[in-house]
Amino acid sequence: MDGAQDMGGVAGFGPVQPEPNEPVFHAEWERRVFALTMAMSRPGQWNIDMSRFARENRPKPDYLSKSYFQIWLAGIEKLMAERGLVAPEEIEAGKALLPRRDVPVLKADEVAAVLRRGGPSVRETTQPARFAVGDRVRMKTIDPPTHTRLPRYVRGHLGVIELLHGTHVFPDSNAMGKGEDPQWLYTVGFDGRELWGEDGDPALTVSVDAWDSYLEPA
Amino acid sequence: MTDHDHHHDHDHSELSETELRVRALESVLTEKGYVDPAALDELIQTYETKVGPRNGARVIARAWNDPAYRARLLADATPAILELGYAGRQGEHIVAVENTPQLHNMVVCTLCSCYPWSVLGLPPVWYKAAPYRSRAVKDPRGVLDDFGVALPEGTKIKVWDSTAEIRYLVVPMRPDGTAGMSEEQLAELVTRDSMIGTGLARQPAEAA
Repeated sequence: MDGAQDMGGVAGFGPVQPEPNEPVFHAEWERRVFALTMAMSRPGQWNIDMSRFARENRPKPDYLSKSYFQIWLAGIEKLMAERGLVAPEEIEAGKALLPRRDVPVLKADEVAAVLRRGGPSVRETTQPARFAVGDRVRMKTIDPPTHTRLPRYVRGHLGVIELLHGTHVFPDSNAMGKGEDPQWLYTVGFDGRELWGEDGDPALTVSVDAWDSYLEPA
Repeated sequence: MTDHDHHHDHDHSELSETELRVRALESVLTEKGYVDPAALDELIQTYETKVGPRNGARVIARAWNDPAYRARLLADATPAILELGYAGRQGEHIVAVENTPQLHNMVVCTLCSCYPWSVLGLPPVWYKAAPYRSRAVKDPRGVLDDFGVALPEGTKIKVWDSTAEIRYLVVPMRPDGTAGMSEEQLAELVTRDSMIGTGLARQPAEAA
């Protein structure tokens, strides 16, 4: 999706502003949004790619005008509404209006184990890798209307395979509820001038992690 | 307006609106029994007090002091990091990349905010905000300048854009004058930013 989240190389956002001694959260509501988002993935049963797509699939002005945790809030609101867990009217009213759905709940004594386990994306495979370290590849020029993790700034560009990571859940499919479709995942490196032209930094290399179907031999 | 500006924006009415909405949402979720309030407290406490950049600093200090550990970390970081007890969410697949006098590594997520939580905790605001996400892959030297960091002339830069579930941890260069220091002392020199690649490790004099 050609959305505002795809920021690599976009000009005009100004300087980075580091914040000395930055706290983990800047307001109580950020703590709550963080914890609610983490906890609601149990009853909601959505995956990380669905979460990302719910945050990103919105008009650019909306994405750019919200702070980070405001985007998280909008994301879970959307995911909960889609699943009939919480309707927008209930949030407006501040009380339950629809019946509770019978769903599992994350309990306090499970939190440590759930965080410890995480959500590995690697999957067993018998399929051989199509590329080896050192192979030259060209990134496909695709612009799907749905979720993708192929950034605009590398599309169409020539790169070199730097690392193989095994087969991983394919977000483009997983975000849309169409299955995990595990594919080989590679780190692909690009020369700075390949990406940014003759004025690019000649001492720069940039890499992205890219699934097999983003690549073609070059 | 960028994420970052927003946090420094004192538009109180807008923040209040968000605060009210979050409170209302939490009330509904609690009333419906979808969340356990004690689980929420546990989640917040974990990332405010237990999981943070001190974890990563211990990994780096061990790598500086123990060549065999450094080799394991660079070869396959996830199990090497588990040796120190760190694992789990947003640290399931970690690759450690080492800075040298010739090469400086920097990590970004241009698409969202991917970050190695298990070793660095939750990402800072600037890491999630548009200026860093947009410029790191195109003008990393300019970004370093925003952090007050200048690399020696001729140092190559490698920027790792975390577009999948692989998380990158930068192993900064060990400062001079640290021979004989304990791992605990060395860990004090390892800053969060040095493990993202937007900073360098502290000199011993700075930490004293």
